[in-house]
Amino acid sequence: MTGTRSATIFALALLAPALIYILAIVAYPLVDTIILSFTNASLRQEYDFIGWANYQRIFSAGNFTEVILRTFIWTFFSVSIKMIIGMFGAVLLNAAIPGQTVFRILTMPPWIVPMAIGIFMWGWMYNGQFGMISGLLQNFGITNGPVAWLAYGNTAFWATIITDVWIGVPMVTIYFLAAMQSIPKDLHEAAWTDGAGRFYRFRRITLPLMVPAIITMSLLSLIATFNSFDIIWILTQGGPSGSTTTMIIDTYKTAMGSRKYGEGAARAVVISIFVTIFCIVYFRAVRKLQQGEAK
Amino acid sequence: MTDHVSTSTNMATTAAAADVARASKVRGSARPMIDRYKWYEVAAIYAGIGVFLFFILAPFIEGFLVSLKPLSQLFSTPYSFIPRVWSFDSYVTMWTSVPLLGMHIFNSFFISTVVTIIAVVIVVPAAYAFARFRFAGSGLMLAGFLAVNMFSGAVLLIPLFRLMRTMGLLNTYWAMIVPGAAFLIPSSIWLLRTYMLRIPRELDEAAWVDGASRLYTLRRVILPLAMPGIVVVAIMTFIGAYAQQFIFALTFNSKSEFMPLPIGLFAFFGKQEVIWNELMAASFVGILPVMIVIVFLQRYLVAGLTAGAVKQ
Repeated sequence: MTGTRSATIFALALLAPALIYILAIVAYPLVDTIILSFTNASLRQEYDFIGWANYQRIFSAGNFTEVILRTFIWTFFSVSIKMIIGMFGAVLLNAAIPGQTVFRILTMPPWIVPMAIGIFMWGWMYNGQFGMISGLLQNFGITNGPVAWLAYGNTAFWATIITDVWIGVPMVTIYFLAAMQSIPKDLHEAAWTDGAGRFYRFRRITLPLMVPAIITMSLLSLIATFNSFDIIWILTQGGPSGSTTTMIIDTYKTAMGSRKYGEGAARAVVISIFVTIFCIVYFRAVRKLQQGEAK
Repeated sequence: MTDHVSTSTNMATTAAAADVARASKVRGSARPMIDRYKWYEVAAIYAGIGVFLFFILAPFIEGFLVSLKPLSQLFSTPYSFIPRVWSFDSYVTMWTSVPLLGMHIFNSFFISTVVTIIAVVIVVPAAYAFARFRFAGSGLMLAGFLAVNMFSGAVLLIPLFRLMRTMGLLNTYWAMIVPGAAFLIPSSIWLLRTYMLRIPRELDEAAWVDGASRLYTLRRVILPLAMPGIVVVAIMTFIGAYAQQFIFALTFNSKSEFMPLPIGLFAFFGKQEVIWNELMAASFVGILPVMIVIVFLQRYLVAGLTAGAVKQ
């Protein structure tokens, strides 16, 4: 029943709503971004094509390469920390101890609560005068005076990373947990019978078998983190003095703050190029992993 | 968007999720030898979980305690974690400080619900088409849908803004609903397709042999069987729409009466003198209804999150 002409028509009819929707709301804007990037579009209705001028301007301005570099460093640390904490959490939640179910439920809130609300709470925790982190550090005598985490470039950079990690960790943990539980039990039992200890089994059985899950999740997390907007926008709006301005924030400021649509579009195109590269890497990796499994 | 983007890419079965559920039931019965721990191992595991959950829950605990502290205590040093004076005043005064709070709570819920309905209506036929029919370009099209997942709304904001303006949707609910649904549809198609692949093809063929039309087969054979999968997809979409309300609402709508909760409170947050205890109280009251529902649906969440785990 498949493969015939009528089947194809039926399938296309089923797909039509989704196709039209995505073409209109995602594909068309993507093309429009590329077109706009060659214009001087702004709030005015009419605009002219100005060739590569936008690209020349953003790359000659100097700080754009700095923004790109910063985005990559920010993303790298955020993703790595998410993976490490996620693995740590998955191992603990996988242990057969009373309370397991409750602990698993308690892992989820950062993921299901509106992100912005979680970020507000972090905003208060980072408050220098009265916030929890600064307050507790002083109470325990670790720091002498208050530390306004979001007021200095260096600390703000790490503060936004930690909040991003916090939002990403539940998904990574649950995903790793599921991957861990799909490892056949007999492998562990055989090793256990031969006298292998827990750490040894983790290093020699669990970890190698989780490589596909780790690669998949790292790449997905990379793409999501690279596009992260809400956290930085709410906590620092890219400040202080640009120290948390990632490419997305930079584009938003150019386009929505200064209303330079053309130049903003050029910056968005640069982001899209990176995202496309990540996508290709991701698809290739997934295909390779599936081939590996088929053997 | 951040990690809320569903992991449904690199799909697989929900078998792993079922394992999570099953494993949690095993506990309580006689534990096999391999799962026995020495007392210090148990202590280390609980300590580790304690640290882990503290990281996850600290903002909520602190936020809740802040909502119970009077402002004068909040802005005093030295810092104390536990309120010195317990006060529920902020839960009363917040309704006057954020006069539209009730409206914002409703808007959040309303926008997510409409997004979910649109997504499910579009996703079910599309997922069926991808699960059952092979035609020229079907693989490419599926990959194209997946690629949409990777682009965030933030990148496409400028043309989306222009598009919304042209369509006259700025400052309406639709300005948040239409783009909101677009970025959730692809991962939902992928998730549901995986589920539908597990429904035996013989059922379709049997219906076909009995003379049922294709549409009838979809409605009467596939839909009922795919219902659990559709429920998971609907819940994942709802949470996605609920948790990610920010950038479209921030950029495409400026009318307070349409603002969802995060943006309604963000306006509050942006002020010089933030009334933190009320902000926290409003946050907790605002998310409470949805959180209660979600706790009951926890099982589906794990299924949705992990459908995509390891094996094809």
